[in-house]
Amino acid sequence: MENLINIFVKSVFIDNMIFAYFLGMCSYLAVSKTVKTSTGLGIAVIFVLGFTVPLNYLIHNYLLKEGALAWLSPRFADIDLSFLSFIIFIAVIASMVQLVEMIIEKFSPTLYNSLGIFLPLIAVNCAILGGSLFMQQRDYNSIAEATAFGLGSGVGWFLAIVGIAAIREKIRYSNVPAPLKGLGIAFIITGLMGIAFMGFMGIKL
Amino acid sequence: MNKEKEPLFSAKNLKLLREPLNDSNPITVQVLGICSALAITVQLKPAIVMALSVAFVMAVANVVISLLRKSIPPRIRIIVQLVVIASLVILVDQILKAFLFEISKQLSVFVGLIITNCIIMGRLEAFALANKPWPSFLDGLGNAAGYGVILIIVAFFRELLGSGTILDYQVIPQGVYNFGYENNGLMILPPMALIVVGIIIWIQRSRNKKLIESN
Repeated sequence: MENLINIFVKSVFIDNMIFAYFLGMCSYLAVSKTVKTSTGLGIAVIFVLGFTVPLNYLIHNYLLKEGALAWLSPRFADIDLSFLSFIIFIAVIASMVQLVEMIIEKFSPTLYNSLGIFLPLIAVNCAILGGSLFMQQRDYNSIAEATAFGLGSGVGWFLAIVGIAAIREKIRYSNVPAPLKGLGIAFIITGLMGIAFMGFMGIKL
Repeated sequence: MNKEKEPLFSAKNLKLLREPLNDSNPITVQVLGICSALAITVQLKPAIVMALSVAFVMAVANVVISLLRKSIPPRIRIIVQLVVIASLVILVDQILKAFLFEISKQLSVFVGLIITNCIIMGRLEAFALANKPWPSFLDGLGNAAGYGVILIIVAFFRELLGSGTILDYQVIPQGVYNFGYENNGLMILPPMALIVVGIIIWIQRSRNKKLIESN
């Protein structure tokens, strides 16, 4: 249990998707104009990451990894399908996103309308695929650990996007140099937030 | 068919190649493909490899989708695009692993993330689905070049100021260090990539007033 909490906290603060790996920057910059929409997108990302990472963990460990097919028959023990992982992960993600889209449309039409075009774009949000690829690279021991990592990364992403949306709402009333307005200042703020988040680095958990 | 054939490098086609380098740069203006642009720019070499991989994937994917554009049902086009891109990326990944293993280790997950690089999806959606193969090919190359230029500029400054080298050659002489010059360790850390790109945007927009955002 302690181990799971460690992984969770680590992926929220230390290995934050945005500040440490820049994953999901595109939607992060495009949607962070108001706090309300960014909250919605953040929740959708937590949701999708929380589902796809464990799902891909199972696929990776029982289908793709070298020797993973041994449960089927000992003859398959030396088959290594991991080169297929990109295409299978992205297919899983695309179908999960479709599912999430349908669920949200059914249960919360207001949220669905405010997310609009961005929901299908989650499929091509690098944070989601990145989550699965990091899971593959770090070789988590159990599905519980993979889930903790997925949820933690989602929460980290959520914090980052809500944080920058709040700052951007305020900064609209400040006197930013004209060429820096909009995109430029958003980059620099993200950089400064990243430096602040680096304060968590080196914390041993 | 009495329509006159357009020359291969007509003014319109050349514009496709040139525009993304400045006025519609994928990173600083269209805001596409930022994720990978920032993460692998600590050193120049991985950045160049990344730029070339993206150029290959983009040009080929653009041509393939453009050839298929009339037969892809619109409802499932995203999946079709993802499959095309993912197969190309698998190809690139395997080639890198075979011939440039060190760099492939440095790029780690970011090769795989070319799949979700919005720059590729964005151009497929916006251009290749509505245009002929040759202009699509040029559009792909042009945008990849615009992306690569930013990547290389950022990586150049980060490597120069962060470790005093360019392409692993020491360029800042030892004498300067003896006078008390130090490498700027902050440059190697992720947040500086964002700030460098912010500064590039600042410079570009102050030279090119029509890109300034109203808000």
